[in-house]
Amino acid sequence: MIERKWRLRSLGAASIALLAAGTLVLAACGGGGSSGQTPTAGAKTTTGAATKPASTTPAGGGSTIPSNVGKDDKAQLTGAGATFPNPLYTRWFSDYKASIATGVEVNYQSIGSGGGVKQITEKTVDFGASDAPMSDDELKKAPGIQHIPTTLGAVVITYNVDGVSAPLKLDGDTVAKIYLGKIKKWNDAAIASQNSGVTLPDAEIVVVHRSDGSGTSFVFTDYLSKVSKDWESAVGTSKNPQWPEGLGGQGNDGVTQQVKQNRNSIGYVELLFAVKNNLPAAQLKNKSGEYITPTTETTSAAANGVALPDDYRISIVDSPAKGAYPIASFTYVLLYKDQKDAAKGKALVDLLWWAVHDGQKTTTELNYAPLPKEVVAKIEQTLATAITSGGQPLLKQ
Amino acid sequence: MQLSDSRPRPQILRKPGVLGQYMQLEYVFRAIVTAVALGVFALVIAIIYELAHEAWPAISKFGIGFLWSTEWNPPKERFGALPFIAGTLVTSMLALLFGTVIGVGAALFLVEFAPRWLRVPVSYMVELLAAIPSVVYGLWGVFVLGPWIQKTAGPFIIDYFGWLPFVHGPALGVGIFAAVMILTIMILPTIVAISRDVIAAVPRSQREGILALGATRWEMIRIAVLPYARSGVLGAAILGLARAIGETLAVALVIGNSTKVPDSIFSPAYTMASVIANQFREVENTMHEAALIYIGLLLLLITLLVNAVARLLVWRVTKGQITTVIE
Repeated sequence: MIERKWRLRSLGAASIALLAAGTLVLAACGGGGSSGQTPTAGAKTTTGAATKPASTTPAGGGSTIPSNVGKDDKAQLTGAGATFPNPLYTRWFSDYKASIATGVEVNYQSIGSGGGVKQITEKTVDFGASDAPMSDDELKKAPGIQHIPTTLGAVVITYNVDGVSAPLKLDGDTVAKIYLGKIKKWNDAAIASQNSGVTLPDAEIVVVHRSDGSGTSFVFTDYLSKVSKDWESAVGTSKNPQWPEGLGGQGNDGVTQQVKQNRNSIGYVELLFAVKNNLPAAQLKNKSGEYITPTTETTSAAANGVALPDDYRISIVDSPAKGAYPIASFTYVLLYKDQKDAAKGKALVDLLWWAVHDGQKTTTELNYAPLPKEVVAKIEQTLATAITSGGQPLLKQ
Repeated sequence: MQLSDSRPRPQILRKPGVLGQYMQLEYVFRAIVTAVALGVFALVIAIIYELAHEAWPAISKFGIGFLWSTEWNPPKERFGALPFIAGTLVTSMLALLFGTVIGVGAALFLVEFAPRWLRVPVSYMVELLAAIPSVVYGLWGVFVLGPWIQKTAGPFIIDYFGWLPFVHGPALGVGIFAAVMILTIMILPTIVAISRDVIAAVPRSQREGILALGATRWEMIRIAVLPYARSGVLGAAILGLARAIGETLAVALVIGNSTKVPDSIFSPAYTMASVIANQFREVENTMHEAALIYIGLLLLLITLLVNAVARLLVWRVTKGQITTVIE
């Protein structure tokens, strides 16, 4: 009897305790739980010194702005986005801080193009980075963004075929058919006719693609959509398409690993991964009918003679330029045209100015393609006029 | 009801105040323990609620058809979970099948046939398998198992069993077969450990009784031991199944990441857990995120269902259990 009374009272007290705890927890959650993984952009910027840069060595393009214009800047900038240019940006930011602007520290998180677009839209970072230009829908959510191309990348078709060591020649239509599953074997007539003299095995093609959403997939599917109507209607262009065929690797390294481990496989990776891992790269037929080997020169050639719009959102795959590699693309830095924080804005603009001038010298070393001169000239104009703070352009003439 | 013995009574500390009568030490302990138990239950409810809340855009758009649609098109916002459900079911069921057969066999060996000096080391090694982190299993799968399947086991199986409808295609180092092998190894310790204890717990009277009737060793196992141990072995198998369904990392590394419904044991595929792990960081849009959370909710509900069915089965088997074979 006494036992039962105790048990009932236990239950009652327990329920009261639980309710109290629950209310406390809910109150705490409701109050502070709205932030996602916002990177702490807690930068304390001292106002950048307004001294005119002493050196007057003109930068390329006939402008009077020297490429070390940012040397007196002091700021902590945060950026996030594409994984493709991460090695280049890391090198740039440390070179810039070491040689030019000792007061500028940049923290770049390589979380992917999608993440970069999301964070710059929510204004949780100072600049974003994306391999694919933002779509119209994405721009509607983030009005006033300026795209600045920083370098060029190429998507290489790599393969691991028994007994084949020389580069294979492929054209866009064949690649599309392989990825659609229409061409199933390596010794198919379409492949053999382009590679006379090479013995192709009678083996099924193992198709490898990206399993994560990626700018590389975007550029590759953009190319396939341009060269194959079937691809365009069946799959289309996307960072994360519904692949009709094949297995997925996580990231450029995942695809590289799958291609290396599976015999008679084909995959697509960024140029620098192919170079670093000594993967064979197919020679692709470009619009002029030549078979082009992917290199940094042929990648830069893809941007030659292209009519660039002011927002730089243009696809340069299947470029008609001479000697151009067909699967090339810009990679962009995304920043707001109207910079709220003048000191940070100036630091960012000066950094970008250096990047498209002196920074381009390190691109080939790391297997990225430098921007052609006409593109740099146009970017100079954009940086000098379009990026403002409080109505005043940030780049000091 | 008077208690006649002289057991020590709990201390009753009378303190002034409204709750004075509740300040009894043992009483407080009981209250805390009950609160924690209720709290755990409340936590499960809270998790289900949060998942449903976040997945609501996908639930309201796709409804129940989500479960049998095979589209997974993030840019066009069309999603369906059938490839992942199929992948999860196939890999878990196959792993359960192999794991139970091998595990019960190993347990029988350990109890009935192993010489004493072998029993302890082998048991220890099997239990050690459970201590290996799943990421290590995944890495082993990628660097050791994958190439072996691709070069040796795969072609062998395709040559001899290729006439079966689900055995075809190039032997890849990733896919259903690789995932099933890793999952089998991962659930073996659970099944072996529990089965071994349950089989060892079969009373000697049962074994000796049937041996006295002239049974061979195998007949003794088949007639006296296994039926007696059935409920325990079943419980072990279901625990293994629950682990196989939820295993994320090791499977994600070897499953092949393909959003198509697999049609061969060597096809690349996806399980519900691994698609969430692979795609969650870079979602294209809110509907993509909601669809992945919807899959997470389904996974949770399936796991709860499997555990509930396991309990029901064990209860029914124990209730209807014939406790002695020989009257």
